[in-house]
Amino acid sequence: MNAESTFSVVVLIKRVPDTETRIQVKDGKVNTEGISWVISPYDEYAVEEALRLQEKYGGKVTLLCLGSEDAKETIRKGLALGADDAVHLNDPAFEGGDAATTARALAAALKKMEYALVLAGKQAVDEDNAQVAIRVAELLDLPHVNAIIKLDLADDKKSARCVREVDGERDMMETSLPAIFTAQQGLNEPRYPSLKGIMGAKKKPIADWKAADLGLDPAHLGAAGAQIQVERYDPPAPRPPGKIIPGDPATAAKELVRLLREEAKVI
Amino acid sequence: MPNNILIVAETRDGAPRKVAFELVTVAKQLAQGMGGKIEVFAMGSNLASAAQALAQAGVSKVYVADDAALDASRFAPELHAAVLADAIRAAQPAVVLFGATGVGKEISARAAAKLDWGLVTDCTDAKFENGALVLTKPVYAGKAIATVKAKSLPAMVSVRPNIFPPVEANASAAPVEIVAVKMVNVRAKVAERVKKAETAVDLSEAKIVVSGGRGVRGPEGFEPLHALAKVLGAAVGASRAAVDAGWVDYGTQVGQTGKTVSPQLYIACGISGAIQHLAGMSSSKNIVAINKDPDAPIFKVADYGIAGDLFEVVPALTEELKKVMAEK
Repeated sequence: MNAESTFSVVVLIKRVPDTETRIQVKDGKVNTEGISWVISPYDEYAVEEALRLQEKYGGKVTLLCLGSEDAKETIRKGLALGADDAVHLNDPAFEGGDAATTARALAAALKKMEYALVLAGKQAVDEDNAQVAIRVAELLDLPHVNAIIKLDLADDKKSARCVREVDGERDMMETSLPAIFTAQQGLNEPRYPSLKGIMGAKKKPIADWKAADLGLDPAHLGAAGAQIQVERYDPPAPRPPGKIIPGDPATAAKELVRLLREEAKVI
Repeated sequence: MPNNILIVAETRDGAPRKVAFELVTVAKQLAQGMGGKIEVFAMGSNLASAAQALAQAGVSKVYVADDAALDASRFAPELHAAVLADAIRAAQPAVVLFGATGVGKEISARAAAKLDWGLVTDCTDAKFENGALVLTKPVYAGKAIATVKAKSLPAMVSVRPNIFPPVEANASAAPVEIVAVKMVNVRAKVAERVKKAETAVDLSEAKIVVSGGRGVRGPEGFEPLHALAKVLGAAVGASRAAVDAGWVDYGTQVGQTGKTVSPQLYIACGISGAIQHLAGMSSSKNIVAINKDPDAPIFKVADYGIAGDLFEVVPALTEELKKVMAEK
């Protein structure tokens, strides 16, 4: 194996409902019927960045996904974009966990894998936890850079410079590699899969790993190992019906200001 | 079993961020069920006056890690998380509260993994019920609300800014304890602060947000929105349509793939109300919609709507507000 072909990037992806989906809640549970599932949008930026690194440096892009058998379809979507292969943490023991148990499983899987760097979305748009990738970095004693919008590797690929954007501030950050980077909107413009990519994805290898393959005790995984547990889901409280303010712009504006001051008391 | 609550207070330019004082309100609500003391931890550089402000927030004690290496302009997640974890080990709280800001979410995650604690992100309520910590957390960017329980303590919680009222300053000041900072080897760090935040208050903390969407028609179309925002002291946001069109910076996007905001007042201008946008702003206390199309879905969540041309309505609103503000 030459040096070029050892340049591997692992991307953490999660299967989530499309952001245009209406989330229906029934009996304290999210009703998943009729939902269309996608790679979490921030993870898509991570996949795209990995593919661009591969175009530049060669090597391999591997997807790592924890989820039920249904997640296969989502993994195939990532393979259709151009990733080479995937590892699917597919075992009921992994499911129903919290950010800590998910990070534990992902970290154990990464220990068995080769990578120059790991990319992930800054958060998954379902549970909005924004903590799994950073936890993985800590568990593997890797540096992390959160919410990046630009990533440049040094020529020797031993360090990286990136720009991250947090709380309205923009920082140039430096890190040694290997490291974990979480992607923020603005990092790149994700590509669409080509027909050839979609056809090719069917033949790309997906390895199924179970808890035993990772040498992990199921008691520390999934629902059994979780310290944080969702008790129930509810729909958000409905908003009371609003008022349409009639009249020409000046009249309506005047009435709106009066209502905001006297009724809503916000200005 | 310890039952104290530790608040991790973020500072900006030498002053605590507003959410720190909101967290004291949350801590007081938790302390009703838990008992225990409320303490505060802050890390950064030149924190003397910030520490004083925090000491007067009705808390028992303020711990401060004050070191040039901890300055925000030299942010190094490994160091900040290590110093934070050391402070938590020393204070031995049952619950640690963070503001769910970008930095708050980042350092809480790294510290939680270091200590192997549970962490619930971006909560809108925190209660202690029947001996258990129970959190309310919007999921799917607010399309559903999860009730979450910590099966065991200690645990960490980050709380969304702008949900709880901040506490008022107290005349008596709690003791301030300077804690030793143990340096660690850092690999990732800020090399240069490229852009400082334009205002002390960012979109997710702003009391009033004026947002523009497709109806704004171009980058120059945001000018009347900025004029309105200036009169109101508001932050300016945008819908995904406006961001995707390249009219404004994606940092201003409100919605499921942008920021979630809960201001006192949200003014949506030329925004139709796509479901992914509604998810990011429908927890605002008051919503005003200005849109040409009277059937736009945004009117379904608005408290006050004006069906009209934003280029006529927004300037009229700005003028009216100027008049009213001058009278005050």
